[in-house]
Amino acid sequence: MTLSMLLGEPRVISVGAAVLGEALDQQAVPWTPVDWRPPLPGTSDALARVLADPRRERANALAVGRLLSARPQLIGVRRARDVLGLEPGTFFHAGPPITWERASGPMRGALIGAMLFEGLASSPEEAERRLASGAGITLDSCHHHRTVGPMAGVVSPSMWMLEVTDAEHGGTAYCSLNEGLGKVLRYGAYGIEVVERLRWMGEVLGPVLQATLSRTGPLDLRSLIAQALQMGDELHNRNRAATSLLVRELAPAIVDAAPERAAEVLRFVNGNDHFFLNAGMAAAKVSADAARNVPGSSLVVAMARNGTEFGIQVSGLGDRWFTGPAGVPDGLYLGAYGPEDANPDIGDSTITETSGLGGFAMAAAPAIVRFVGGDVADAVAATTSMYEITLAEHPAYQIPGLGFRGTPVGIDVTLVARTGILPVVNTGIAGRVAGTGQVGAGLVSPPVEAFTAALEALVLA
Amino acid sequence: MSDLVEVRAGVYHDSVSLMRVSQALAAHAGVEVAVVAMATELNLDLARDLGFAVPAATGGDLLVAIRASGDARLAEASAELDRQLTARAPAGGAGARDAPPRTTRSASRAWDATVALVSVPGEHAFVEAADAVEAGLSVMIFSDNVPVEQEILLKDRARDKGVLVMGPDCGTAVIGGAGLGFANVLRPGRVGVVAASGTGAQQVTSLLDQAGVGVSHLLGVGGRDLSAQVGGRSTTQALLALDEDPATELIVLVSKPPAPEVAVAVQELSLSKPVVRALLGPGQDDLTTAVEKVLGALGVPVPEWPSWPAGRPPVSGGPLRGLYSGGTLCTEAALLAGTGEFTDFGDDEYTRGRAHPMIDPALRLEALAAVETGVILLDVVLGHGSDPDPSASLAPAVEKACERGVAVVVALVGTEGDPQGLRSQAARLNEAGAAVFTSNAAAARHARLLIGAS
Repeated sequence: MTLSMLLGEPRVISVGAAVLGEALDQQAVPWTPVDWRPPLPGTSDALARVLADPRRERANALAVGRLLSARPQLIGVRRARDVLGLEPGTFFHAGPPITWERASGPMRGALIGAMLFEGLASSPEEAERRLASGAGITLDSCHHHRTVGPMAGVVSPSMWMLEVTDAEHGGTAYCSLNEGLGKVLRYGAYGIEVVERLRWMGEVLGPVLQATLSRTGPLDLRSLIAQALQMGDELHNRNRAATSLLVRELAPAIVDAAPERAAEVLRFVNGNDHFFLNAGMAAAKVSADAARNVPGSSLVVAMARNGTEFGIQVSGLGDRWFTGPAGVPDGLYLGAYGPEDANPDIGDSTITETSGLGGFAMAAAPAIVRFVGGDVADAVAATTSMYEITLAEHPAYQIPGLGFRGTPVGIDVTLVARTGILPVVNTGIAGRVAGTGQVGAGLVSPPVEAFTAALEALVLA
Repeated sequence: MSDLVEVRAGVYHDSVSLMRVSQALAAHAGVEVAVVAMATELNLDLARDLGFAVPAATGGDLLVAIRASGDARLAEASAELDRQLTARAPAGGAGARDAPPRTTRSASRAWDATVALVSVPGEHAFVEAADAVEAGLSVMIFSDNVPVEQEILLKDRARDKGVLVMGPDCGTAVIGGAGLGFANVLRPGRVGVVAASGTGAQQVTSLLDQAGVGVSHLLGVGGRDLSAQVGGRSTTQALLALDEDPATELIVLVSKPPAPEVAVAVQELSLSKPVVRALLGPGQDDLTTAVEKVLGALGVPVPEWPSWPAGRPPVSGGPLRGLYSGGTLCTEAALLAGTGEFTDFGDDEYTRGRAHPMIDPALRLEALAAVETGVILLDVVLGHGSDPDPSASLAPAVEKACERGVAVVVALVGTEGDPQGLRSQAARLNEAGAAVFTSNAAAARHARLLIGAS
């Protein structure tokens, strides 16, 4: 057999004792060091077992290959009860499953608002009483129903959902329509203006967008996201470019579809820099779902928070959740709000990071580096460090400032345990008290135990 | 005297770097003793033996124990420690970037390598080596304490990928003139070496070099490779690779005697080039004799192996104490001496959380100082990776031993091209009173003579 190592000049990767690298320097042998450190405490045995799994290498290649090759397309906007089979009294929510008893302020606030919106209660007090009693109420995780929702992520039967399909693998995913910033349901506000806005979205926005898309045909979200990254969005805390591109694509058809309503619809969409976020989340969800259920794969296919816990799901581990307490984000606050007003981390929007956007693409969004605490160098360092824990670089989602390098995609549980580097998550911050709304935005770290628990489960899988 | 004892949880530095930090602190004014090491049982015991009150700790923690001549001195030393630890930037290297890669996987993606050198603690070595094999790289595993099941798995994966796993516990390799791990500076040449023994291979190639014969490649395979369990997986790969290698004319296989079924399997490989076996064990040639057979096969005359006899009249009788850093050299010497107490300081039990004795002489010097009578036989292995000047610490200890009436015999393994210099090291040790041999077998026979064994 021919050993390629013997053919040319040796080039060495040295991991471990520095003195062995110095010996290479003395001989002028080209080499590169690994800045190796021990793995997370207590994980070395599980790591060796999971890396010994003969399925792992190919399983991960298959799973991340599916995530990268997904071609999400926005095909319609439809009512939740029609596409998700939601019955009155059933609500989906962000993150791993949770009960009313354990739900945080903004999650409770959003559920109260959804009760009022659905006409299941005539006052917040009544809504709260009925939710607490549980009679006729069913709560379930959005992720269990091909759905994601930002912040509280509450979905009720009368809400209109963006419908995104994967033209490559055939999956479908849903996300609600974005309400804008400030006092909105997803941040736990449930005042009259919140419910009225939801009514308008159900009566006007949803039907107009559905009529629009039936004229335009499917909208290629993969291409739109790729363009937005090159225009300074990271698609989680900055969606200004993507929203603008979306409006450019849809505006003529909106006018054609509903000439009398076009102005108010366009005014609403234009007034909300985050309008695209929910479409991007559905695109990320349908892509990540394509990578699910590959036996032996250690790829993370969902990261989501319910305001109490942060949970992850892993391709080789089915629909099981691995959770830890949700952390309080570190960031900038609106007006007089401060950290003491902040709720722990909440929302399914971490599906953007799961698919290589958001915090992972921070280097693409220099405009918001101050917003998430730091300078441009920090943003580059954040993205660069994510290559250490991901399996691939995205072929379409590229970062101009990094020489058009693809964004880091496909978090590998074993790489998180080995390096101790946790996913960088950009996020909005909800007020702790139900009914408050948004209080800020910033960065948050997932709990390490979610990853170590998943690693342990992979040993047995 | 004031003591500072601290356990820093989860702070990792490699053992060689920590040894240097300890040395720098010990040289600091007013510092009597400093132990800065990973908190393995061995190092905790070491600190306890020095009289420090050591708290509970695990091998993943950093142990700091400093004794100085007063609180002010101790505070200075502590500040110096922090400077030393923070100044310890990752080594340079041609491929260095702003943020160096954190795993072998990541390094292999960022940089076009041909081989990986893994020397992390044994329990973590499999994971890094698996990265290398997955990336299609051959890998040398310098680390010891790697479970045999992991070794077998890696070697099977390597065979599927057409790469070679050298190790675990592989001390030396020379790939196209580049030495990995502990490696002597060898002239390029026509002999390819496959070695299941690091220091054994260093002895063989050093003697070849002294005879003017060069080496094409030296491929280590790890001490267990020819066991029944591992079945010669890497030996087979390495022999086939050298058989294909245009620079290699003759292959030398250096090993302990293989398991019988493995010996048969290796024998049955159809190779086009001659293979000379240097097998270490009872009834086998010693390594020097094996080298002489290689020279015979090549038609090269056998030189007189350099040696430097002790200047003073040899003692006779007394116990023989063997203090070795190389496992194979230790075994060979014990076999030839036929008597005496031999310790291999390179063995796993002495290297948990400590640098190899070829780098860190402390444990061996301690043992040397404790010998009161008779004859001491020890090895000094030169080359890249080893102590840059072993005689600097060893010669004074040899001199003191000689003053106590103890005879010292040194097997000096190395070449003139080695950074330490063969002749200057020999001269220094010889001046201190030691008899010095470049053949370990000759050294062992001389020691046997000194104790009066027939």
